[in-house]
Amino acid sequence: MTALRRFKRNRLAVVGAVALAVLVLFAVLGPLVYPTEQVATDLGAANLPPGVDGHLLGTDALGYDNLGRLMVAGRVSLLVGVAAGVLATVVGTLWGAIAGYVGGAVDAVMMRVVDAGIAIPAIFLLLVLSTIVRPTVGMMIVVLGMVSWLVPARLIRAEALSVRTRDYVVAARAMGASHRRTVLSHVIPNTVGTVVVNATFQVADAILLVAYISFLGMGIQPPTTDWGAMLNDGINYIYQGAWWLILPPGLAIVIVVCALNFVGDGLRDVVDVKGRTA
Amino acid sequence: MTTAIPATSGTVPPGVAAPVPVRAQRGGFGRFLTRRVLQALVVVLVVSVIVFALLHALPGGPARGVLGQQASAEQIAAFEAANGLDQPVVMQYLSFLGRSLTGDLGESYLLNQSVADAIALRLPKTLLLTGLSLVVAVIIAVPVGVYQAVRRNRAVDYWLSTLAIVAYSTPTFFLGMLLILLLSQTAGLFPAAAPQGNGVLEVLSQPAGLVLPVLTGAVPIVATFSRYMRSSTLDNLGEDYVRTARAKGTGYRDVVLRHVLRNSLTPVVAMLGYYLPVMFGGALVVEQLFNYPGMGLLFWSAAQSSDFPVLLGCVLVISVATVVGSLLADVVQALLDPRTRGAAR
Repeated sequence: MTALRRFKRNRLAVVGAVALAVLVLFAVLGPLVYPTEQVATDLGAANLPPGVDGHLLGTDALGYDNLGRLMVAGRVSLLVGVAAGVLATVVGTLWGAIAGYVGGAVDAVMMRVVDAGIAIPAIFLLLVLSTIVRPTVGMMIVVLGMVSWLVPARLIRAEALSVRTRDYVVAARAMGASHRRTVLSHVIPNTVGTVVVNATFQVADAILLVAYISFLGMGIQPPTTDWGAMLNDGINYIYQGAWWLILPPGLAIVIVVCALNFVGDGLRDVVDVKGRTA
Repeated sequence: MTTAIPATSGTVPPGVAAPVPVRAQRGGFGRFLTRRVLQALVVVLVVSVIVFALLHALPGGPARGVLGQQASAEQIAAFEAANGLDQPVVMQYLSFLGRSLTGDLGESYLLNQSVADAIALRLPKTLLLTGLSLVVAVIIAVPVGVYQAVRRNRAVDYWLSTLAIVAYSTPTFFLGMLLILLLSQTAGLFPAAAPQGNGVLEVLSQPAGLVLPVLTGAVPIVATFSRYMRSSTLDNLGEDYVRTARAKGTGYRDVVLRHVLRNSLTPVVAMLGYYLPVMFGGALVVEQLFNYPGMGLLFWSAAQSSDFPVLLGCVLVISVATVVGSLLADVVQALLDPRTRGAAR
């Protein structure tokens, strides 16, 4: 109860949590309330401004209803972001916990790999990878997870370094617990605050990265779409003043990423982890 | 590599390293420097292994990559023999490493140019664009951060911090599109097409076209650096010298402007070194959006046409720059603050 109260004290975090819930409902349940055709194109109804022929947010260049498209694109953006963020967190946590727990040469080698990965900026690596593999939804999750696990690995390793010298770890080992058991039942659970807070930021960053890749035209292919891809389609009509193709998907990204950052800050207050460490 | 950043409260962009608990100093600056440089070299070596592995992860391997999808089996065999691709992987890696060290990054399929030349032609223009964005950003971020620190925990501070998170959460391309929509399409103030041309001077001679790209690149940097500046200034405001200066009768304003500002600025400047990868990433998006002829646009067109030598060459150059950047930042920090000369991580 105190945890919830502490979270509630951070007003932005509460606003973020509500905004997040609304956007998820909008994307998941929206198409049930507002069904639209999002596979077959309708060139007769292309580039309609908002309000014409019952299209609340107009249509795009292929005649897709823009509001409906915003919903189905949201499903992809949120699914890929959450899944990639979780994947990165799981891989990073295991990697960091093992490196920090084992220490010595193993730690040094594992962390130099992390350093090298961090030295290659994520967007560049992602673009190279998406020219090599066909970017489907599943592939995007894997590829994003592959470039995003490095930062959590660093964080958890630093935590594991301090946890492994604690009495309960020494006691567990003395009672004959295997290394595997010690890492999984003692080291990782005691870093869970850091893990959870960081996972929130990981999802936010993953949603941003998916949008960047799609905007650069190297993301998930049509007719499947996401918010970044909608912006990429919309930019061609920016000079005709087609603001309805730009503002809705752009604002959706900003709101969801802001909301996750606010929620992350709120969670940090709850578990009392120091400073955000991207 | 040691990437110690003073703990900041708040959002740090992806790719920026985490604050690291500092251990007590062992050995002097020379020892720190040696260890740190060796570490950077190891990281560069691992990066080269990753790039080499990517080259071999291409569909059909590097021969298929260079000769294209239509190459016959005989052509591929001939190419592999001629380029030593039939040798053991370790030998191949060593020769790749040797070539990279001498600046030979291969030939672009499409540009009729060596990768090194293609990059050398465009890198200065990217540095110009990011440099201008950086200058604009620092001019805005420093006063904002200091002002927030002085007014800490008041409404103004709270709103500016929230604004910084919103700015950080806004994808650069969406920001750029908004600026095009508002300042170019609606108000007609600035052109949305970036200056073209081969040289830096040619680009500089068309300043109107630079406004929107520079502004787009500057906003995310302002969001991050105003936060750094705020927390750095806060740290310094709590120092004894502030109380001493105040006790001697110096006005609060003078203490902040003469003493605190200078002391808080140095760690923030050192932070620029860690920020290189984020700036390269920003340049990629800004250049693509405004069609600015720099390294980011080169990389993007290479990705569109699967021009692998250019892609991997750029990745190698950017990664080495990133490693060098954080090495320099660590060294500057160690010079300023001996406590950060901690043990190798």
